[in-house]
Amino acid sequence: MTTGVFDATIGRPAPRVAEVNDELPELSSEEILRYSRHLILPDVALNGQRRLKAGRVLLIGAGGLGSPSALYLAAAGVGTLGIVDFDVVDVTNLQRQILHGTSDVGRPKLDSARDRIREVNPHVHVETYETLLTSANALSILADYDVIVDGTDNFQTRYLTNDACVILGKPNVYGSIFRFEGQASVFATEYGPCYRCLFPEPPPPGLVPSCAEGGVLGVLPGLIGTIQATEAIKLLLGIGETLAGRLLLVDALSLRFRTMRLRKDPSCPACGTREISELIDYDQFCGVGKERDVSDAELPELAPRELAERLQRGDDFDLIDVREPQEWEIARIDRARLIPLGAFTDALSTLDSAREIVVHCKGGTRSAKAVRQLQAAGFRRVWNLAGGITRWSDEVDPTVPKY
Amino acid sequence: MSVTLHLPTVLAKLADSQVIETSGQTVGDVVADVSERFPALAPRLRDEQGKPYPFVTFYLNDEDIRFQGGFDAPVRDGDEVAVVPAIAGG
Repeated sequence: MTTGVFDATIGRPAPRVAEVNDELPELSSEEILRYSRHLILPDVALNGQRRLKAGRVLLIGAGGLGSPSALYLAAAGVGTLGIVDFDVVDVTNLQRQILHGTSDVGRPKLDSARDRIREVNPHVHVETYETLLTSANALSILADYDVIVDGTDNFQTRYLTNDACVILGKPNVYGSIFRFEGQASVFATEYGPCYRCLFPEPPPPGLVPSCAEGGVLGVLPGLIGTIQATEAIKLLLGIGETLAGRLLLVDALSLRFRTMRLRKDPSCPACGTREISELIDYDQFCGVGKERDVSDAELPELAPRELAERLQRGDDFDLIDVREPQEWEIARIDRARLIPLGAFTDALSTLDSAREIVVHCKGGTRSAKAVRQLQAAGFRRVWNLAGGITRWSDEVDPTVPKY
Repeated sequence: MSVTLHLPTVLAKLADSQVIETSGQTVGDVVADVSERFPALAPRLRDEQGKPYPFVTFYLNDEDIRFQGGFDAPVRDGDEVAVVPAIAGG
């Protein structure tokens, strides 16, 4: 049956769904009781719950998006959850990554995820992959799963996940967040578009700030991650109308949900022409290595201790902080002058190229850009504070709070 | 032709507003008009040649303009154009 322009089967055919009911695993009495609210639901019912039990969902990332997805998929009774992550729990993760708790700080995320999922539902089998997803391992890891949930935090892994899903014919449940806004869709279904149909190429590195640089509302990945879990469950059950062929835009500030029409691009190198028949070098595709080389080669750096010595000696130089005012409010280095990076070009004329200038930010990335701008404008005696105010707090002044 | 341009919050600061009333015959006209009025926003909407980026998608009444002629897509009175940049946070 079709529903207008969105064919209800577009996002449907996950391989396991086609299995005959006889081959589906049985539910124990304990499971029947646990899932009773599903079992009395007409579109799920006993066979639907058995499909979930047979289902295998792979989560790329156990962070902001992966946390709520994993918890709801586990609670719903998805039989096998795979998780790819190589990070350890950091205290700044806890504002949104609800798989992990305060006592987990410093532990591998896979360990805390496994513990938490076991507590939510001991019937779920968890398979963990403590690795970065790469072109070398992606196809073999993804091949064992029915549905892939993309909850990663960088463009390289998003394009890699997309291409691997297209090559393998696995539905890619996409979610992405920044500050107050989120996006969700289902890519790489049999007849639907893929991530490259939406965004053929990534922005150059540094143009779009990461959540670590730009911030993110903690509850936002909760909204988007639960939408991803919803789609994964519908795909396993083969019910409803998924987001395949649609892009959901969520704005938490206005709390508006908009749905845009997504079309399969016939010239898409992944799902259209199939030019991308094997995985490529995604760092190169996203221009990641390139930028690093340039910055390493040309950037004069100053270590925090050297800066401290110069300040103590009373050397005459300008110290410029290129962070945002809300970051300045949290922590600052005495004597610094605030010029947010966005306003830096306009402020160049207020700086004296004859003077020595040290630039800093939180971790050193934004200030590196400012140093390059200064160099391009003819400033010669400029330095980037290595590791930013975070390393300053570690090595010089622990009373400066880290954030 | 009066057209409404919707910006994501991350770009709205550069135009002091999330919704901009603008005009033109095509999506390209709309982008050019807004770029002239808000110079800081301009490089986030199109490249130096005035062409769309592959990582910023424009929707004309909820349809991707790439399939309607790109910036040449004609706009009519009352149309809505939405800007959707690629984001990667997770």
